[in-house]
Amino acid sequence: MFESLSYLALQQYWWAIISLLGALLVFLLFVQGGQTLLYTLGKNETERTILVNSLGRKWEFTFTTLVTFGGAFFASFPLFYSTSFGGAYWVWMIILFCFVIQAVAYEYRSKPANVFGKRTFETFLYINGAVGTILLGTAVATFFTGSAFSIDFSNITRVSDPAISRWETPYRGLEAALNIHNLLLGLTVFFLARIQGILYFINNVQHDAILSRAKKSLVWNTLPFLVVFLTYVIILLTRKGFAVDPQSGNVYYENFKYMHNLIAMPAIALLFLSGTLLVLYGIIKTILSDGYCKGIWFSGFGTTLFVFSLFSLAGYNNTAYYPSSFDLQSSLTITNSSSSHYTLITMSYVSLLVPFVLAYIFYAWKSINREKITSEEIQTGSHIY
Amino acid sequence: MFENIDLSLVNWSRGQFALTAMYHWIFVPLTLGLSFIIAIMETLYVRTGREEWKKITKFWMTLFGINFAIGVATGIILEFQFGTNWSNYSWFVGDIFGAPLAIEGIMAFFLESTFIAVMFFGWNKVSKKFHLVSTWLVAFGSNLSALWILVANAWMQKPVGMHFNPDTARNEMLNFWEVLFSPVAVNKFLHTITSGYVLAAVFVVGISAWYLLKNREHFLAKRSILVAGVFGIISSLMLIYSGDGSTRQIVHVQPMKFAALEGLYNGQEGAGLVAIGIMSTAPGDTNSRNVKDFAFRIEIPNILSYMAYGHFDAFVPGINDLVDGNPQKGIISVAEKIDRGKFALESLAQLKDARDKGDALTYNLLKARFNDEDFKNNYFRYFGYGFLNDPNSVIPNVPVTFYSFHIMVGLGLFFLLLLSLVLFNLFRNNLENKKLLLRLSIFSIPLTYLASQSGWVLAELGRQPWVIQDLLPTMAAVSHINTSSVKITFFLFAILFTALLIAELSIIFKQIKIGPK
Repeated sequence: MFESLSYLALQQYWWAIISLLGALLVFLLFVQGGQTLLYTLGKNETERTILVNSLGRKWEFTFTTLVTFGGAFFASFPLFYSTSFGGAYWVWMIILFCFVIQAVAYEYRSKPANVFGKRTFETFLYINGAVGTILLGTAVATFFTGSAFSIDFSNITRVSDPAISRWETPYRGLEAALNIHNLLLGLTVFFLARIQGILYFINNVQHDAILSRAKKSLVWNTLPFLVVFLTYVIILLTRKGFAVDPQSGNVYYENFKYMHNLIAMPAIALLFLSGTLLVLYGIIKTILSDGYCKGIWFSGFGTTLFVFSLFSLAGYNNTAYYPSSFDLQSSLTITNSSSSHYTLITMSYVSLLVPFVLAYIFYAWKSINREKITSEEIQTGSHIY
Repeated sequence: MFENIDLSLVNWSRGQFALTAMYHWIFVPLTLGLSFIIAIMETLYVRTGREEWKKITKFWMTLFGINFAIGVATGIILEFQFGTNWSNYSWFVGDIFGAPLAIEGIMAFFLESTFIAVMFFGWNKVSKKFHLVSTWLVAFGSNLSALWILVANAWMQKPVGMHFNPDTARNEMLNFWEVLFSPVAVNKFLHTITSGYVLAAVFVVGISAWYLLKNREHFLAKRSILVAGVFGIISSLMLIYSGDGSTRQIVHVQPMKFAALEGLYNGQEGAGLVAIGIMSTAPGDTNSRNVKDFAFRIEIPNILSYMAYGHFDAFVPGINDLVDGNPQKGIISVAEKIDRGKFALESLAQLKDARDKGDALTYNLLKARFNDEDFKNNYFRYFGYGFLNDPNSVIPNVPVTFYSFHIMVGLGLFFLLLLSLVLFNLFRNNLENKKLLLRLSIFSIPLTYLASQSGWVLAELGRQPWVIQDLLPTMAAVSHINTSSVKITFFLFAILFTALLIAELSIIFKQIKIGPK
């Protein structure tokens, strides 16, 4: 089946898979957003425990999606893996640290004799929620602004210095956070994750005081979100981008490149707009309607569509998805950085498992979420975080 | 030119990978084995309907959860470290190596993470049968995860199913099934997961023994010993069988590792197996810091030859044969391999040069060379040697390799004996009175971790300097980063993981003291 597809079609297919995983990851960052709200929405120990346990049933989905996103990127576009992870060392290391401390925080938080105390593990959750989301957003933003690296395959024959990819600044990716456009996406992801976290709590928790605070907090997080999100989108659509000549493979700057991509790909434009509207619908409907708790589904689906379209703008329509601001011709495109034809075919068969995986996740999620989390459950449950 | 390579960067990068991998491997084997032990216990609960089995299942599940969390925490670093610290490696073999990692995520991690939520939180929310299926799926998922990462590791020990593409300067996959069903991968998978099963069995038996010594939780302790003991003995037999298979493979695919694990310097026919040995600290050859001799050894005649080749008089090459070459036995020297590797590297440099200059004739000639079977089998095969200058640099640390092998094998046999004795006394209803055996069972818990870590030390240190056997040494695989960055992250990981380990142990000890609820 996949054997009949051209190499380019497979590269495009795999960029769609990466985009989908990236989009699902951003949706699932509601866990991280929720972690930054424990002390905003929970005013006593029981309330915070309710919030932690509500998130604690979902954190592994986010974590696993991040790991799978990394693995899939490695398998399909190994040159990105090699260049970005080996180059922007500090950004990725800080992100990894944020996720390491998250992974133990739930299980150890309320266990007796946990050595460091409950507050330490709650701080771990906060750091993961705040720093993790901002840096992930900032890292993805470099898909549109570029990074300072160079690539030369012939280096492998230089015995004294064989590294193929080189990062050309000493800040190892931290310089990305100094770019205002990158930071705007980081903050957008941060506030969006908080909004989604609130919408998730509204859907998953049954506790009047928490829900009342959640609604207020939703308003206060939506305002800065709209400011950073709209500013980011306006700059993105008006900035010069990194175009690729499909014949020669040469990379060059093109004014309004991402606006051009949106116009050239109407289906992507539709996802871009409908994603935005669904997110806003989920938020506004929750704010305006008393007792409405399904906002997370609209907002989550909208987030997935929007992020998918964002990745598509970066990778399709002859665009360099990981541009080099140091040496334009070192920029990565989906054609020059992918795995071989054979590996992409093999991995494409594996990708057929994705709908099956999504189906059993949905089924398990529904089974666990049949009843909302209450104070009673926290007191009587057999496995409490 | 070799002197220009920042060796401290390589060593710090290796140190960081070893640190994170060894920490991760503290927690993984228990997950692999305990998940099945819990699934068996829950099956007994569902079949018998006895609440005691549910209580036992939930107790071990609590310990499983504490261990699982830190296993997840330490695992994420490993996957991304291939990119952050070994970027050249990621490109050179990413076309093959990336696939198992991605499949691991899609097939195994989601299975584990989805059904672990049902396992912990679904007791009163889903049916008994759905819960039981979820517990089995967690066990199946965690072992499936091990399969893919071990397939990837086995490929590094014995690269198969690929070819080198000189245009992209990387190895590309030709046959996925060859990679997946490589005999090295099959053996490695079986050996590694069964080692996890034995570790988990000793863990359960050891903690249950503590309860018996404290004269509490008798029902839980005896039932747990019954399940874990039977599971552990069956696993031990599989462990020994797969270990034997692994050793026979090593002699063919990594003869230097084989010679080092026995401390065999000079090859011989009818070589004996060193049952017990102490390596001298005095170097036997001043040219190599890795060469040591035995101060004392007890040897079983001819057994090494039999172990390696299936007959007692077979010739087993030693370290010196492999370094200096042995024309009579058809072994070429490392110096010759270095020359051939350099020729392959130069051919690649010339090809790139010809392509840049638009010299189609030279380019096509060189391209044809890389497709020529003679060049592939006699030159490109030694590509990684082209990065070396000193023939002695292919000798791994012999004492570490030797001791790790012997500790692993010795303890592996000891666990089989221990589990058999414990089970025997349990069946005779005499276990509570065997205080020494119970104490030995508790003391054996740290020993299982020592054996398990030794296995990986042997597998990884024993194949140095290769990250991909014969194709890529570690110094050519490392990222282009400054040493100080790696030093900082090394210490950050060391501090963080140690702190988390302390918390984990403290929580686990507390839960054991509390006992089942």
